[in-house]
Amino acid sequence: MSLIHYLVLAGVLFVISIAGIFINRRNVLILLMSIELMLLSVNINFIAFSSYLNDVQGQVFVFFILTVAAAEAAIGLAILIVIFRQRQSLEVDNLNELKG
Amino acid sequence: MIEYLLSGEFYQIMLFYVYSAILIGAALAVVTMRNSIYSALFLILAFFSAAALWMLLEAEFLALTLVLVYVGAVMVLFLFVIMMLDVKIKSTSGMSKYTKVGLLVALVMGIEMILLLGNKLVDVVPQDDLVKHALGHSNVKEVATSLFMKYTLPFELASVVLLVAIVAAILLTLRRRDDYKRINPESQVHVKAKDRMRVVKMDAERGNNIGGEE
Repeated sequence: MSLIHYLVLAGVLFVISIAGIFINRRNVLILLMSIELMLLSVNINFIAFSSYLNDVQGQVFVFFILTVAAAEAAIGLAILIVIFRQRQSLEVDNLNELKG
Repeated sequence: MIEYLLSGEFYQIMLFYVYSAILIGAALAVVTMRNSIYSALFLILAFFSAAALWMLLEAEFLALTLVLVYVGAVMVLFLFVIMMLDVKIKSTSGMSKYTKVGLLVALVMGIEMILLLGNKLVDVVPQDDLVKHALGHSNVKEVATSLFMKYTLPFELASVVLLVAIVAAILLTLRRRDDYKRINPESQVHVKAKDRMRVVKMDAERGNNIGGEE
């Protein structure tokens, strides 16, 4: 079992979450979840490289990514609540008022 | 052959494939589920399998952090929001016009990445096996040494980022309702004695004359 296994796994996960962002027109929530999955796949890459190269700095970096991702999730959910209060739905297609 | 099947190495490979399959299946379920509660639950499963994979990679501290921070905090937040907002699930609207293009883009990206890994990068990425540490080796100690010796300032900055996130989340969701009765502390502090009590001059009233003496 080599590093390539983990890299392919992370790549597949990343592609799935990108497809999820495009597929999803119903719910902003699932869009946020896809972003979380993307970050997870990036973290898998970081940890795989850090383990196979025996360098702990990659794990430290993953620690910071986890922190920022948690902050991003909190703010994203707060924005989502504000959107829901204003228009009683979370459909992605409804969020089109910002276009110039 | 039998020895290989019973060896620890084979067991690890098997664990890797099982956890990867669960992870990818859960990710597909997150993306395709109609009900967002199911999506959130499958996302929890995905995080948990990823934590198991990180354990296989001997990154124990981050595996536990992933379970604690993500499954314990972030996903609970997600579930709170899903259950608080009464989102109506619309019945199917079919594939939108973006879906096909999106799938195509994702497919091409996946093929590109895997081709790159299979063809170009094989010589570059390390091929040898995972570095096995001795029994007494502590991943937590190693991460902590790097984090607190070399990355102290970024660590402190991360706490500032979290603080900003707290303030922003509270400020965004704070709602000022007009019919909400509450105390205004500023006017409470600045109140004077004469605002509190007003002495009114008025003539003395006559009694009700209950005694009956006319």
